[in-house]
Amino acid sequence: MDSSQIKAGGLLVRVMAGALVVFLSLPVAALILRAVPLGAGAWLDPATLAALELSLITASLSALLTLAVGTPAAWLLARNEFRGKAAIDTLIDLPMVLPPAVAGLALLMAFGRRGLTGPALSVLGVELPFTTAAVVIAETFVAAPFYVRAARVGFAGVDRKLEQMSALLGVSDARTFARITLPLAGPALVSGLMMTYARALGEFGATIMFAGNFPGRTQTMPLAIYAGLEGNLDSALALSLILVVVSFALLFGIRRVGGEYGVRNLRGTAPREYGM
Amino acid sequence: MVAGALGACAGPGVGGSKLTVYAAASLTEAFRELGSTYEAAHAGSKVEFNFAGSQELRAQIEQGAKADVFASADLRNMKALEDKGTVSAARVFARNRLVVIVPADNRAGVKTLADLARPGLKLVMAQANVPVGQYGLQALDKLAADPAYGTEYKASVLQNAVSQENNVRAVVSKIALGEGDAGIVYATDAQSVGARVGTIEIPDAYNVVAEYPIAVVTGAAEAEQAKVWIELVLSEQGQAVLKRYGFVTN
Repeated sequence: MDSSQIKAGGLLVRVMAGALVVFLSLPVAALILRAVPLGAGAWLDPATLAALELSLITASLSALLTLAVGTPAAWLLARNEFRGKAAIDTLIDLPMVLPPAVAGLALLMAFGRRGLTGPALSVLGVELPFTTAAVVIAETFVAAPFYVRAARVGFAGVDRKLEQMSALLGVSDARTFARITLPLAGPALVSGLMMTYARALGEFGATIMFAGNFPGRTQTMPLAIYAGLEGNLDSALALSLILVVVSFALLFGIRRVGGEYGVRNLRGTAPREYGM
Repeated sequence: MVAGALGACAGPGVGGSKLTVYAAASLTEAFRELGSTYEAAHAGSKVEFNFAGSQELRAQIEQGAKADVFASADLRNMKALEDKGTVSAARVFARNRLVVIVPADNRAGVKTLADLARPGLKLVMAQANVPVGQYGLQALDKLAADPAYGTEYKASVLQNAVSQENNVRAVVSKIALGEGDAGIVYATDAQSVGARVGTIEIPDAYNVVAEYPIAVVTGAAEAEQAKVWIELVLSEQGQAVLKRYGFVTN
């Protein structure tokens, strides 16, 4: 397919689509125009760099945690029907529509010092609020549903006959999963993880409520931007641009990987066109 | 004042007016009550509030937010706007002072100001650019200057800070929820939240007088109503309400 020109779609369709692109690009362009001319002071501020480092680390940990517990969950939901499944589905989707501040408060009620699990955790010497771990928990809570949803669709879309053939040929379940199911569901998993990472990177409300706001420990980029907005607009602009660029680069990079993953040649099956 | 209010009510464009007041978070209860008073006295008019950290409100006004009145918890944020002509001349309408609050059950056993320097304590403060955060740092400076507390006092206390909230009410809620062991807030906040927190007084010698200025925003849509509101706040009636909530009045 020749992708160098847009052939399909009439004028109205193109105008509406163009409007969306403009709407999405203008704020980013405005940010670039205002932030690029800023002096080095705004860019190399220790607080700025600390927030950047903390954000990248916590979002990565959140994504890994999501991958670890979300993949089995998505797979089970895709492969099974059981009583109460609708309720579980809704529960997993809930954090996506919950206002982040509500999520933060709920996390406090559950895992705070005086929360449901607070006393038990205290006995183990663990107090979660105001720690970096709390940031990861908050980010995972709000961002994991994106991955689980996409992964579930991905697993459900894998042709069961291929898996059955593999089993007939004597291949173990684990190997079938690794060599057949996972690669076929791959693009969906990767794009789900992309969204989870981006959501985790941008999380604010739940973080500030559950983890608090302390430079170097819990002050992620969005929190640092909010703090800078009220005292130091230059710093906030610099941070915002960094966040946009970092997010864009990450999403773009992961998309490339997702694309290659989808195209990988599997025992003679035709390469899929996801991401290419 | 009553005559003035009647006169204003008789004036044109009062019915159906909507006054927008941006005020420091610590003024929430007092201003809401005054808002009811105002709406009762001026039939058909409404008051809308935006309560937040004064630094946040100032930033919003600088960026062109449509406020008619700005009431700040410190002179610094108001002065920044005055210097640029963004607000008209401000007048101080109330004062406040700081207290230390602890959760009602005070499990950490914080009884004195010296306890704030205890290692491992979880202190919740406001950010330095929030008025109450700035005042808190000033109070710590005063304490550290006294040999009874020592020059290391401020550093030790700040070591215990676990979060820098961006308005005073966030500090209050973290303490009321028991997540922090102690917090530095206004006396009026301690009074508002009542039995859910315990209070530790900060003696006058170390305390800070927070001055609250109020001003009309330049180019306000409801400039006349803004002046009426400010008159209400400065009046005997307004001052009595503020006093009831714990503010120090003129």
